[in-house]
Amino acid sequence: MGNPLLFIILAAIAIAAALGMLLSRNAVHSALFLVLNFATIAVFYIVLNAPFIAMVQVIVYAGAIVVLFLFVIMLLGAEQLRALGSVSGSDRWQQILAGILALVLVGVTIIALLQAGGSGSEAIPLIDSSPTALGLELFGSYLLPFEVTGVLLLAAMIGVVVLGLSKKRGEDA
Amino acid sequence: MPSTVPIEWYVALTITMFTIGALGVLLRRNAIIIFMSVELMLNSANLLFVAFARHLSDLQGQVLVFFVITVAAAEVAVGLALIVVIFRSKHSINIDEINMLKG
Repeated sequence: MGNPLLFIILAAIAIAAALGMLLSRNAVHSALFLVLNFATIAVFYIVLNAPFIAMVQVIVYAGAIVVLFLFVIMLLGAEQLRALGSVSGSDRWQQILAGILALVLVGVTIIALLQAGGSGSEAIPLIDSSPTALGLELFGSYLLPFEVTGVLLLAAMIGVVVLGLSKKRGEDA
Repeated sequence: MPSTVPIEWYVALTITMFTIGALGVLLRRNAIIIFMSVELMLNSANLLFVAFARHLSDLQGQVLVFFVITVAAAEVAVGLALIVVIFRSKHSINIDEINMLKG
């Protein structure tokens, strides 16, 4: 399941990038931190014997989704909105409470996992995870979900087009 | 240090990332940042799927990640279109100011 040293370095980068996304005041910086996080996760996928998923991650997430985010941020000029910690005073205690609860959750979970004891370190057999094997699985046992996914994408596309048209119709009326 | 990474480390990493994403949804007021946090949570779940696929030597976890990525892409497209439409009418994407449906 990978080299522990590599895991620690990658995990540190991934968590630092996630925190950077959470804490950045500028939305563009948040999006760029998100790219760093996605790239780190792609490296994890390669380590975990999922090279095709890693490439899909880079192309779809880092390529398409984050570019869409950046496009909308710049289209709206929404880089500098109110950042973390600038909510009205009555909500302030809720933020602090959320932070404390999150720390407790992560801490307790990690302690519980460490106490559970490591799973056996015997070598786990590698399986064939080439695009061919994945494709056979996808078009074999998962054929119906795959086609439903196609319908979902079509519905999303139509929905976006309708949302984009609504303003013009409002002007005509 | 163990010679290989136990699955528990991956669980701990993904829980941490998921919590950061959930905190982003709860704490930030910018709708776009909230969407990014949702993506972060989806990604942490994906990473756990792939880690367990490797741990159990089973390809099905990787197939499920495909479906999650597809749904995430559709969700982002619709969500960002909604944000653009809301911005046109309210000139703000601060979720505290989007309260038209509030009773």
